[in-house]
Amino acid sequence: MYRYDEFDHDFVQARVAEFSDQVQRRLSGEISEDQFRPLRLMNGVYLQLHAYMLRIAVPYGTLNGRQLRMLGHIARKYDKGYGHFTTRQNIQFNWPALSDIPAILADLASVEMHAIQTSGNCIRNVTADHFAGAAADEVADPRPYAEILRQWSSVHPEFSFLPRKFKIAVTGAERDRAAIQTHDIGLHLKKNAAGELGFAVYVGGGQGRTPMVARKIRDFLPEADLLSYCTAILRVYNLYGRRDNKYKARIKILVHETGVEEITRQVEAEWQELKDAELKLPEADIRAIEAYFAPPTLADRPEGDQAVKLARLDSKGFSEWLDQNVVTHRHPDYAAVTISLKGIGEVPGDASDSQMEAVADIAEKYAFDELRVSHEQNLILPHVARADLKAVYDALVDIGLATANSNLISDIISCPGLDYCALATARSIPIAQEISQRFASLERQREIGELKLKISGCINACGHHHVGHIGILGVEKKGSELYQVTLGGSADENTSVGEIIGRGFSSEEITDAIEQIVETYLGLRLNPQEKFIDAYRRVGPAPFKEALYAGETKAA
Amino acid sequence: MKILTANRLTDGIAVWYADGGWAETVGQADLAHDKAAEDRLEAIGAKAYADNEVVDVNLIDAEVVDGVVEPVRLREKIRAAGPTIRGDLGKQAERAA
Repeated sequence: MYRYDEFDHDFVQARVAEFSDQVQRRLSGEISEDQFRPLRLMNGVYLQLHAYMLRIAVPYGTLNGRQLRMLGHIARKYDKGYGHFTTRQNIQFNWPALSDIPAILADLASVEMHAIQTSGNCIRNVTADHFAGAAADEVADPRPYAEILRQWSSVHPEFSFLPRKFKIAVTGAERDRAAIQTHDIGLHLKKNAAGELGFAVYVGGGQGRTPMVARKIRDFLPEADLLSYCTAILRVYNLYGRRDNKYKARIKILVHETGVEEITRQVEAEWQELKDAELKLPEADIRAIEAYFAPPTLADRPEGDQAVKLARLDSKGFSEWLDQNVVTHRHPDYAAVTISLKGIGEVPGDASDSQMEAVADIAEKYAFDELRVSHEQNLILPHVARADLKAVYDALVDIGLATANSNLISDIISCPGLDYCALATARSIPIAQEISQRFASLERQREIGELKLKISGCINACGHHHVGHIGILGVEKKGSELYQVTLGGSADENTSVGEIIGRGFSSEEITDAIEQIVETYLGLRLNPQEKFIDAYRRVGPAPFKEALYAGETKAA
Repeated sequence: MKILTANRLTDGIAVWYADGGWAETVGQADLAHDKAAEDRLEAIGAKAYADNEVVDVNLIDAEVVDGVVEPVRLREKIRAAGPTIRGDLGKQAERAA
C-alpha cells in the first residue's frame, strides 16, 4: 500500500503541530468559537449531541494492521472503547475530549493517518471500490489514481473554499461497487480499444435533500489527463456553483440547472487551456504511484480447493459464510472476504477496540496485512488464500464478526442518526437493529436474496436511503419520529433514486411495513433468482402500495 | 418552561445551567417560567460562551416530572440521557453506576 514519503510526513506532522496550537489557543480562550469552528472542521472535529466527534480519513478505504490496531488503541485510550465505520470509508469516534485531540492526531500521524479534509467545503476523502486490487473483474487497481487525487487535492489552495463539499469516487470494474454515480465526480477506470487506461467521467451525482444521478460527460479520458480534467471541472464549479444557498450549492445543482451539454462544453473549454500544461501526469509518475499499490506476491495455494471442500462438510456456519461473505479473487487460489460489522441486532458499522485489534491480527497473519473499509460499513480482507479461509472464519467467530449476511437484508447501511448526530431528526440505529432482529434467520434472509436496505436519520442522507433497494428516511413530525419509505433505489452501475411509496410510518410500524414489502416481493417475483430490485423495476410501486395502504383506502 | 443547555468547551460534554453553575445532569436545571427569566438565562449563556466555558448554547423547552426537570423534545431527551442504543454510555450510565 501507499507509504508516506518525506513530504507526506512533514505535511501531516506540520498539520498536527498547527492544529495542536490552535486547540491550545482555543482552550486558553485566545481564540473564540467563531474563529475556531472552521479550523476544527478542517481537521475533522465536529460537535455532536453528547460530545465532540472526530472523523479520521481512511484514504480510499485502505488500511494495514498497524493502522487498525492504532484505531483500536485510540478507541480504548481516548474514547469509549469503539469506533464507527462510515459510508465514506472513514471512521468516527463519538466521545473524544477536545483537549485530547492533539494527542490522538499525534498517535495517528505515527501510523501515517490523519483527519485532514474529512469536513469542510473542500475535496473530501477519495473513495474507491473496496475490492480494488483483488477483484476478478477490474481492468486495473483504481487506488493509485485515488492517491494521485489525494495528493493533488490536499490543501489545494484553489479548492479549499468551494461552494460546498466535494466527493470523488473511483472504480476499476464494470460492476460498480463504489457508487460512483452518487458522487460529485465519479471515475470509471477502463481501457479503450487500443488497450490504454483512462476514465469515463461522471459529474453531478449526490444524495441529500435533492438526490441526483451523475451524468457522464466524457466516455474516455486518458489517464495522463486526470488532474487537468478534474481541475477543469472544479474550476467551472468554483466559478459558477451557487454560494447564496447552502442547499443549492453542490455541483449536482449546477449540472442540473445549467444542463449537462452546457456544463460539458464549459469543462471541455476550460480543459483545453489546461490539458497540455503542468497538470499532465508524467507516465513515470503514474507508474511510480502504482508501484506502491503492487499486489502482494500471491504464491499458488492449490490445496485451498480441497481444504474448503472438507471444511464445508465440517461446518454449516463456515459453508454459509463462504457462500455469502467470500467473493472470487483474480487469483483462483485466493478470495476476498467481507467481515460483516452488521451482527444481528448490532449497531451497523461499529467495532470495539478489541475487535479492531483482533482483525488487525487476522489481517497480518492471513491477509498480507491488507484491510479495507467498505462504503457499506464493513471491513474487507482483500487477499486471503482459500486454504486459510477456515482459519480466518474461526478467528472471526471468536470475536463475533462472522455473521454471514453480506448483501442480505440485515447488511444495513445506517447513519448514526439522532442517537449521536446534531443534524438528525430521527433515530436510525434502533430501526436498523429491529429490522435486523426481525429478519434474524439467515435461512429467511437467503431466501429473500440480495436486498440493500439503507437508513438515514435526516434528509442529508448519510445513510444513502435514496439509493437503497429499500430506503428509510427518518424525520420529525409533530414531535415524533416518522419513517418514510422509498423503493427502487440502487447505487451500482445502474444507479437510480428510490421513489417515496406513500405516507410514513411510526417507529412502532416501520418494521412491520418493511416485512410487508418483503413479503409482497416474495409473492410476486418470477423466480428465486429475480432480485428485489429487478422485481421492483419490472412491476413498479403499485403492488407495494396496495400491500401497504389498501386497507386504509377501503376503510376511508 | 425553558432551561439553558450547552456543551462544555474542553470535552464537549452536554451540560445544563443549574444553581449558579453548569451541571452534568439536567434534573436540577434552573427553570425559566417567564420571558424575564428566559432573558436572564440567555444572558448567562451568552456570557459563558464569551468566557469560553461552553459552546452551542441553547434555551430549550422543559417540563417537571416527579419533581425532576426533563427536556421536552426527543433530541434533548437523548442529549440528557445518552444514546438510546447504548445504555452503558452517557449520563444514563453515570446515573446507573
